[in-house]
Parts: sequence; structure tokens; C-alpha cells
Amino acid sequence: MKKWANTAKRSLPGALAVLAVLLLWEALCRVADVAVSKLPPPSAVILSLYHNASLLAEHSRATLAAVAAGLSLSVLVALALAVFMDRHSWLKQALYPLLIISQTIPIIALAPLFLIWFGLGLTSKIVVVALVCFFPMAINLVEGLEQVDPETINLLKVMQAGPAMIFRSAQLPAVLPYFFSGLKIAATYSVMGAVIGEWLAARWGLGVFMLRSMRSYQTANTFAAILVVVVLSLLLFKLTELAAWLAMPWHRHKSVYPEE
Amino acid sequence: MEEKMERNNEVLILENISATYDSGEARLPVLKDISLRLKKGEFAALLGPSGSGKSTLLKIAAGLIRPDRGRVLLNGQESTGRVQKVGYMPQQDLLFPWKTLLENAALPLLAAGMAKKEASSRVRELLPIFGLEGFARYYPHQLSGGMRQRAALLRTVLIESSLLLLDEPFAALDAITRENLQEWLLSVLERFHRSVLFVTHSIDEAIYLADRVYLISERPGRIVLEQPIELPRPRSRGIITTAPFLSYKALLMKSLQSKD
Ligand SMILES: Nc1ncnc2c1ncn2[C@@H]1O[C@H](COP(=O)(O)OP(=O)(O)O)[C@@H](O)[C@H]1O
Ligand SMILES: [Mg+2]
Repeated sequence: MKKWANTAKRSLPGALAVLAVLLLWEALCRVADVAVSKLPPPSAVILSLYHNASLLAEHSRATLAAVAAGLSLSVLVALALAVFMDRHSWLKQALYPLLIISQTIPIIALAPLFLIWFGLGLTSKIVVVALVCFFPMAINLVEGLEQVDPETINLLKVMQAGPAMIFRSAQLPAVLPYFFSGLKIAATYSVMGAVIGEWLAARWGLGVFMLRSMRSYQTANTFAAILVVVVLSLLLFKLTELAAWLAMPWHRHKSVYPEE
Repeated sequence: MEEKMERNNEVLILENISATYDSGEARLPVLKDISLRLKKGEFAALLGPSGSGKSTLLKIAAGLIRPDRGRVLLNGQESTGRVQKVGYMPQQDLLFPWKTLLENAALPLLAAGMAKKEASSRVRELLPIFGLEGFARYYPHQLSGGMRQRAALLRTVLIESSLLLLDEPFAALDAITRENLQEWLLSVLERFHRSVLFVTHSIDEAIYLADRVYLISERPGRIVLEQPIELPRPRSRGIITTAPFLSYKALLMKSLQSKD
């Protein structure tokens, strides 16, 4: 109970700030009499959200499908690559610079090529999401595996534990905090990645909805879609936090003895 | 092989061990021509200043590091550079923070293929002896320093081996806890009948615990003195102020200073 009260107290300033910005925005639009097609007031955005609810839900479904597939793909590839890079230092030395260079390439410039390579369907969107999410996952996992104390591995070897048990009991849990901080970043970017993919060519998805409403000057609808993107990203972020909380029960217990 | 074991009354033999660390261009010689023999049931202390290569020697004995020169024999069998199943306890307590006390202590049993349930009940049986009753479900950071060391010792004792290699297990503890644990260790060893190679940089600890003290010089470590300690057992705390104890202490202090 106390914890809830504390959480509420801590999030209060943030909520107030958001509210203040919205009110200011609304007031500005009304006082200056801005055209709705140029800058819709928050009230118009909410109204659009209400009118397009079922359509937006349908588009969100398509976007989330690309997000789920792309995010999973990036996690799997990053995990496999990080484990290999950790096992063979020459591979790490060879691939690490490539990994960083790959991150500096503007994906939006490459995305049209993905259409040619992977077609107009879901695959090209999945690839864009996976590329956006891959880097934070891979870097965090590589770094996490580097942090594993070699003495813990020695200890298990002396017990005659096999590689599978060593991975399960020493490496995997030690890497989990790194995994989840990578996943938080990746999950937040993933929706944006899918939207970028959908801008290029798609029949369904929040990106498509955005583009269509922009072209027909229904700016309020565009903002409604943006709002949905923001909310979905935040939800994914919170979901990742929840998963981290569930996966690492040892982070939840308070110390009984103060550190000597 | 059994015949050999009976003939050899020695659990561990180190023969002319020399070791060097290679770090880029620099070669750091750490051990120079070290030989020692640990008899069945014997408690030997390896006493020397920090940086003299004591931890390295324990790792060589466990087969985790291959020496440049020399041989390791375990129960009469050569095992140089091959990881052996021995009761190795690294310098830090190295309890896995993501495992409860029970799960940590059960690791060697699980590595040996024991079923989880059986391993748990075997650990629980031993908790009272190690002063850890009622703490099975605690995580390491919830335990005091002394409890963590006892838990790490419990885990080490559960590795099925007649040999214990203990690397400064009490060095990080405050003086009072340390003295209590020394006494406690002697009482525990009366139950478990293991041969012990115990690393320490405390002269008092070495004399109080050991049947034989090997004094190691500063890096590169050589054995400068092999001193049998002929104090009666069981030993009580009071022994440290008796004349024989103090004369051993004077002897070891003199050798430490003169060989620096
Ligand atoms: N993995 C390593 N690589 C390079 N040098 C090391 C390594 N481990 C230990 N050393 C160095 O070797 C020397 C002996 O270390 P160690 O065996 O830990 O000594 P002790 O346990 O007696 O303090 C120290 O100078 C230490 O810095
Ligand atoms: Mg050491």
C-alpha cells in the first residue's frame, strides 16, 4: 500500500507536466485560431481516436505483428552471435567494429532496398524492425557476457559441470540484467521501426494509416496514430520491466545484513 | 589404481611447479620450482605475502591452469593441466547471487547428476552443522559475511573429493568472526576427514589450523620453509598464547623477513 502511494507521489510531477503541455497546446490552438489541418488541438486528436478506434485497432494489430516477429528475430540472432563472439575472441575482434558500423547506416535509406529484396509483404517490415532492435540487443549481450566472472566458471568446472550447466547456472543469469536493458531500448524502438517499414509499402499498419491521413490533410488522424505509437511503445517498455522483475527474483529481496 | 592409492599415502603431490603469466609483451613469473606433498588427512597451510602466487598454485593443483614446468599428481594419478573434481574454493565466496543458499550449496550434487529433491534434502541435513539452519531460502546478499563463507564451505565440502583447496576463506572477515570460523572449521573437519591445502597470509591462522606450514616467498613464489606444526589436537583458542605456538610464530616471522 505504502509502495503504491510512493509510486503515485513520484509520478505526479510527470503527469502534471504532461497535462500542462496539453492544456497550453489546446489553448494556443483556440486563441490563435490555428487550422486543424496544420495543428490539431488535443481535443480533436482525442475525438479522432474515438471515431477511428476500430480502424486504429486493426492497423495496430498489423504493426504489432511485425514488431513481435522482428523483435523476436533480433533477440535470437543477437543471442546466438553474442555467445559465439564470447566463445571465440577472434570472432569478437572481427565483428565488433562491423556491428558498430552497421548501426551508423541510416536504415530509412536502405529500407526501399528491403522492398526489392524481401517483397512488399510482412517480411520487409520484420527485417526493418529486426535491424533497428538488433544493435542494442547485441551490444548489451556481448558486454554482459564479458562481465561474467571467469572464477564462477572455474568453480563449476571443478564440480565437473558441463557447458550446458555452466551456461544455465552462471552465464545466463549474469547476463539477464544486460539482456533486459537491451530489450527495453529495443522494444521502445521496435514500433517506430515497424512504422518506417510500413511507410514504404503496406496495406495495413499504423504507418499506412499515418501516411493516408497525412496525404488527405486529416492531421488529427495522423496525431491519433502517433499517440497510439507512443502508447504501444510505452506498453512494451513496461512489459519488459515486468518480465525483468519476474525473471530475476533475486533482485527483489532486500538485504537483511548491511554490507560489511 | 586402488593399489597405487594405498601405496601412495599422498592425496596431492606438486613436483617442481613453475608458472608464468603472459600479458601481451610482459611475462610475469609467479611461481618458481614449487614442490609439496599433502598426506591423507593432513592440513597444510600455504603462507605467503599477497601477490606471491598462492591462488595461482591452487588453480594449478585443481588443473584449472597448466604450469610451465612440473607435474601435479592427485591420488597418485598425473593430472597436470586437466580440471579435476576437487573441493576448490576460490578467494571470493562466489556464491551465485541469483541462487538461494540451498540452490548454491546443491550445485555440486546437481552437477554430479543427483536429482533435485535428493540434493535439497542432503543439503538441508547439513545446514545445522554449518550454522545455517532456517536460511535455506535466503539469497547471498541477505546473509552476513560469516554466513556466506560457511555456505561457500558447505558447497565446497559437497564436491565429492578427499581434497579441499581453500583460498583465503576467512581473509575478508572481521577478526572476531574469523577466529570463530577457524575454530568451527577445525570441528567440521573432524567430521568430514578431508585433506586440506589452505591458503592464508596470516601467520596466526596458519599455525592455529595446520599440521604443516609452507612458507612462500614474494613473487616469484618459492617455498622458503616447510615447517611441521606439532601442537596437540583438538586445539582450542587458548593455544595461541602458549610458548610452543609463540616460538613457531617467531620462527615464521623471522623467515618471512629474511627471505623478502
Ligand atoms: N590471470 C592473470 N593474468 C595475469 N597476471 C595474473 C593473473 N592472475 C594473477 N596474476 C598476477 O600474478 C601474481 C600472483 O597472483 P596470485 O596467484 O593471485 O597471488 P596471491 O594469491 O598469492 O595473492 C600477482 O602479481 C597477480 O597480479
Ligand atoms: Mg590470492
